[in-house]
Amino acid sequence: MTVDKAISGESSAIEFRLDPSSGVPTYLQLVQQVERALRLGSLQPGDQLPKVREVVAGLAINPNTVLKAYRELEHKGLASGRPGMGTFIEASLDPVTLPELAGLRRSLRRWLDGASEAGLDEDGIVALVVSTLRDFPQRRADAEQGDEHAQGAGGAA
Amino acid sequence: MNVIETTALGRRYGSTWALRDCTLAVPEGRLVALVGPNGAGKSTLLNLVMGLTSPTAGGVTVLGDLAAGSIAALDGIGFVAQDMPLYRGLSVADMLHLTRNLNRQFDDAYAHRRLADFGIDLKQKVGKLSGGQRAQLALTLALARHPKLLVLDEPTAPLDPLARHDFMATVMTAMADDGVSVVLSSHLLAELERVADHLVLISEGRVRIDGAVDELVAQHRVLVTQAGRESSPPDWEVIESSSVGSQTTQLVRLPSADTPLPFGAEARTVGIEELAMAYLRSGVRLSAPTLTGASR
Repeated sequence: MTVDKAISGESSAIEFRLDPSSGVPTYLQLVQQVERALRLGSLQPGDQLPKVREVVAGLAINPNTVLKAYRELEHKGLASGRPGMGTFIEASLDPVTLPELAGLRRSLRRWLDGASEAGLDEDGIVALVVSTLRDFPQRRADAEQGDEHAQGAGGAA
Repeated sequence: MNVIETTALGRRYGSTWALRDCTLAVPEGRLVALVGPNGAGKSTLLNLVMGLTSPTAGGVTVLGDLAAGSIAALDGIGFVAQDMPLYRGLSVADMLHLTRNLNRQFDDAYAHRRLADFGIDLKQKVGKLSGGQRAQLALTLALARHPKLLVLDEPTAPLDPLARHDFMATVMTAMADDGVSVVLSSHLLAELERVADHLVLISEGRVRIDGAVDELVAQHRVLVTQAGRESSPPDWEVIESSSVGSQTTQLVRLPSADTPLPFGAEARTVGIEELAMAYLRSGVRLSAPTLTGASR
């Protein structure tokens, strides 16, 4: 994997990196990195995103791509542009508290130990996680629907 | 405003058309990648845009409706030619002095600032500079004229990856700072993926693609179908097709981005590198039908 040099924006709490081999469009990589930082709490409301010029100079990418990423973040209600100042984080995303995050990480480690003992190597673990994650939204939707049916039945009885 | 507009533009050398029936509209504020095989007509098109050669057929205007090659047009365009023509025997300072006196507008302070940023010594002979420094010097001379349009003819081909990154960073920064539009001809398709937002593909003297990268990506899919299943509807343009066993892989252009895909087909999007390669291969009609299959 090739990763470009990061940008050390003086005033910003995030450093963008690009993975040219990922196949993910560049603007989307920027959006996803901001979302990830919001989930992990390293970016918070009020934080400034790197100025377009800084990102462009650091990563040698088209300024329209950075603008598109920032527009997308604004569209999602996560950031807003302040004329003449830059783009700032407006909202946080799925705020998970640090203790919660630490707890989840601990249980994930235990799960990884189990997977490793069962004989899965790293590739096998990734494949299992990815395929399970892919089915996850469908399962959750099914479970919710099941709840509604159960409630409906309870009400009728 | 369109920075370049051509109508049925053609240029013939002897009995050979280097470029024919070329109709293009390149909007401002973009970085336009101009791609195509050697001898496809890219440099001919750029020379017509610069007014270095005149059309055999059709017309070309730049920066709105200025005639290509007119003084007003040349004032607004910075050009870095393929071989980066600089006088190797001159010092950097003399090269600056010469360029300043040959141009109606030249921002000396900007040029000095940029050269200092790159640690280029003014007393150094141009011929003694590294490839990367020479490229930065040629680019600085073009940008110090504060052009509205920057035309770069395969500028990064001879550079190492780091020098190439720095060169493109300079171009992109000029875009961010001054809103300069850029036309970049290049063979380095992978590099274009992250810098280009408009693609023009020429092969055999004709324009095969002219469009915004986002729209092109939204319009194309690679479809993988199994024998016996429904194949792509007849109104879809198949750019490239290959079969291995019972499996057929096609790169198709959808009538619109939200066209439903045929049942049972597996589809994925393509980047501009893959897209351009498919068009280039189909343009030269290579008799190697398993190429796409092999590269999967």
